[in-house]
Formats: sequence, structure tokens, C-alpha cells
Amino acid sequence: MQRIGDAPAVRRGLILAAVALSALFLLLPLVAIFAQAFAQGMAVFWTNVSNEYTVAAIGLTLFITVLTIPVCLVFGVALAWLVTRFQFPGRRVLQTLIDIPFAVSPVVAGLIYLLLYGRNGWLGGLLDGYDIQLMFAWPGILMVTIFVTCPFVARELIPLMQAQGSREEEAAVTLGAPGWTIFRRVTLPNIRWALLYGVILTNARAVGEFGAVSVVSGAIRGQTNTLPLHLEQLYQDYNTVGAFASAALLALIALLTLAAKAGLEWRAARQEAHA
Amino acid sequence: MSTRALPFAIGSAPKRVLPGFGLSLGVSLLFISLVLLLPMTGLFGQLAGLSLAEYWAIISDGRVVASYTVTIGAAAVAALVNGAFGLLLAWVLVRYEFPGKRLLDALMDLPFALPTAVAGITLATLYSSNGWMGRLLEPLGLQVAYTWVGIALAMAFTSIPFVVRTVQPVLEDLPVEVDEAALTLGANDGTAFRRVILPHLWPALVTGTGLAFVRSLGEFGAIIFIAGNMPYETEITALMIFVRLQEYDYAGASAIASVVLFVSLALLLAINIWQGRFIKRLHGGGG
Repeated sequence: MQRIGDAPAVRRGLILAAVALSALFLLLPLVAIFAQAFAQGMAVFWTNVSNEYTVAAIGLTLFITVLTIPVCLVFGVALAWLVTRFQFPGRRVLQTLIDIPFAVSPVVAGLIYLLLYGRNGWLGGLLDGYDIQLMFAWPGILMVTIFVTCPFVARELIPLMQAQGSREEEAAVTLGAPGWTIFRRVTLPNIRWALLYGVILTNARAVGEFGAVSVVSGAIRGQTNTLPLHLEQLYQDYNTVGAFASAALLALIALLTLAAKAGLEWRAARQEAHA
Repeated sequence: MSTRALPFAIGSAPKRVLPGFGLSLGVSLLFISLVLLLPMTGLFGQLAGLSLAEYWAIISDGRVVASYTVTIGAAAVAALVNGAFGLLLAWVLVRYEFPGKRLLDALMDLPFALPTAVAGITLATLYSSNGWMGRLLEPLGLQVAYTWVGIALAMAFTSIPFVVRTVQPVLEDLPVEVDEAALTLGANDGTAFRRVILPHLWPALVTGTGLAFVRSLGEFGAIIFIAGNMPYETEITALMIFVRLQEYDYAGASAIASVVLFVSLALLLAINIWQGRFIKRLHGGGG
């Protein structure tokens, strides 16, 4: 069997070029993060990470992420069920609408929330009358984080559920199973890995969101600073090692995300081979 | 509201076998209305307060126009570079076996997994004059940090997965016979790739490059640290919006944001239509 680009010289040249460019362009930055974080040794890294404001930023970031994931999960599953299991007018429009957060600049996403819920916005003004302030506080951070992360779960589920079809669920209906049982016993086992991957992506983005959050947070140290905002402040204050200590924590989450993805893909490939 | 009315309005359609239509429609519409559509009203409310002349004055201001030029120019360069680089990576990952291939494949997703602010400070540090890369490049007369090149670099970094991950599956599905036919007819590698493989990959390559371009237009966190942010020179449009906000000029921020929003939504729609046509052709119009 003869294939294009199989000549040893071409092959070696292309692989070398791809590996070299990736190393320079993608791997080097990753190495640099940890090199900078540990530039002054483990002790300094630990001092930076256990700093009161860093801990507060980690806490807020985790809090926002933990609240974001279930919301995105419910929405993602509902939307995927809706567009893959039923035919109805406007189905296509819905699928395009959920892509909006991917196309909108994070700064614009933050801005539209600020304009609506800020003191000058029509809804923000109304809420202000009841002494409810959402912007420059954690609810605002939560809202924009949900906005930027909401497509991930749905985007993972829709192609899979489309490909699987609804035959198994229909069989369960014929056997008289109630709706929730069908979902739990038939659908969920089929989609659990895609669901998990969707959650991992949601988590990665929720933890790392910067542009949208920086518009609505107010960035008060120890109060409304998420980890990415905290590292920005440290970096602007010329505390490079401190900034990179926080960056290393975020990079670690990114690495775990990549590992989880590789693991899930490996699992899927093995299942396919067995089937 | 319409969230409840809709299921009943189309209830006369053929009976649905599976349960949960009303519930999933209700949840989806409620969410989309509250999270995606309602906030847009704030933007339109703000814009409604501007006269057409005021609006035009804001969006055609010299500094703002300079930011469009910088953003679009750098995004175009980043997208083109990524088109070539992404094609190379997709090709190598699909066609060849070599040690470390799985690691290279996993590495492709790094820019999506890594928070943009982390990418931003890292690239800025690497390419500043005493960073690992800056030290090598500056003696050669190439300054990356705080210039236009740095902006394009940051954009390329954050958007490379779009090209790789769009081209990869199409290349995987290409049957061996395509290669064989071209080569038995006597074409050399270069010609065969250009005349036979590339036409198959073209739609996916355009889609991936287009997505990379849209992402680059809106990117903020990865860019602002390396850009230098000099008005008229290295200031991107997303930062322009941010600057107006810090000046409490909400009207100005909204007007510029509306331009960005309109352009990115129009591009997204165009990409979706392009992709839809391509998929239809692939599956014989069944799409």
C-alpha cells in the first residue's frame, strides 16, 4: 500500500518540523510557567501560594466553579435531549444560539452583563432599589462564568446523542419505563464519558476565565479576586514569582484536564476495538 | 412567558414517543433567555441612548479605528500561520506513527485548557528582552514583546487547536484509495497532495482557520500582557472597550462592543453556513 508522503525523507522531515515547532510554540511556555514559579525555590513558591490573598482567590475560584458546573450540566443535558430527541421548528436556531458565547469576546460578555445588572442598567437599577448589588461582587462573577462556559456540555453531548439515535430509549418506553428511569438507566450510561468530558472542559474554563470576569469583578484583593485576576495584579506589581506561583496552580489544572481527556479518549478507543 | 406557551402551540404535531419534551424545552428556553438573550437588552438599551451621529463618532474615532486595524491585521496573520501550522500538525498526527505521538496530540489542546491570563504572562515573560526567547531573538533584530508581532503570536497560541481539531477528523476519514489513485497515476507527492488531498481538506481548513480568526478577534487575556498597549500602535479593540469602561464611558464601550459583537456573530453565522453546506455535500444532502 502506497500513501502520499511516505518517503522516509519526507516523513522524517515533516515529523521533525511538527515536533520542533510544537516544542517551541506550545511546550516551552508550559515549561517556563513552572520554571518561573520555582525560580526561587520551593519555599518561596509555598509562601506565595499560602499567602492570604492567594488562598482567598483560590477559594473564590473554587466556589464559582462548583456553582457553575451543575447549572451548565442541567442546561447541557436538557438542550442536548431536546435537539437530538425531538424534531420541532426552531431546532437549528437553538443550536446556533448556544454557540454565541464561543464567538463573543469575553470582554463584550462581561460588558453586556455590566450594562444590564450594573447600577445604570434597567434591571440593575431595579435591584439596587432593593439593595441588591450583583456586579462587582461574586454573583456577577458567577453569572458571566456561566455565560462563557454554558456551551461546553451541550457541545460534547449533541454529536454523540445524535449519532447514537433514540432507538434504545424508544424501546424502554415501549417496555413501560417512566421518563426518569429511561434517562438514568438507558441514556446516562451511554453518555457518561462525554458528560464527564464536558464537565472537565467547563471546569477548565470556569477556573481560568479572565476577560469577562475582569469586567464585572472590581478585583478587590481578598474579596472579588479570582485566581486569574490575582495573578494579573501580582504581575502588574512586578511580583513575577508570585504571579507565576498562581499561574502554576492554574497550569496544573490545565495539565490534569489534558490528562483526563487523553484518558477518556484512550478508553473510548479501547471500547471501540472491543466492540 | 413563551417558555410555557410553545409546547402547547405545536402540540398538534405528530405524537412524540419519548418523554421530556416540555421539560427540556422549558429548561433550554429559560436558560437561553436569561443567560444569553436578556443581557443583550442592556447593550441595546445603552445604544438606544445614542444618536446615529454620536454612534458613528465613537466607532470611527482615530484611536478606535487604529485598534481595528491592529486587531484584524494580527488576527489575519495568526489565522494564516495557524492554517499552515495546523495543517502540518494534523497531517503528522494522522498519517505517521512515531514515539511521543500521543503526547504531541495531547499537547494540541493545551491552549484551550490553559487560562488565557496564564498564557499571557508566560508569553510576555518568554519574549521580553531578558526572557528565554527574547534573549535569542532581539540580537537578530526581531522584537516580539510589546509589538504587533507579540499580539499575533498570542493570538496564534490561543487559537491553534481550532485548525488542528477541525482538519484532523476529515483527514482520518479520507480513504486510502485516494492516495493510491493519485500515486498510481504517476503524480509525485507534492502534486498529489495539492491536487488530490487538499481539495478534500479545503472546507475543514477554511472552517478551522475561520474559527481561529474569530477567536483571535475577541481574545483579551492572552494578548494584553504582551501587547504593550500603546494607543494607535499596539492596542487591540477588546482592550479599547475595557479602557472606555474604566473611564466610565459606558456609551463608548457599548458602541465599540456592538461593532465587535456584530462582526463576530456575522462571521460565526457565515462559518456555520459554510460548514453546513459542506456537510450536506458530504452526506449526499441528508444533513
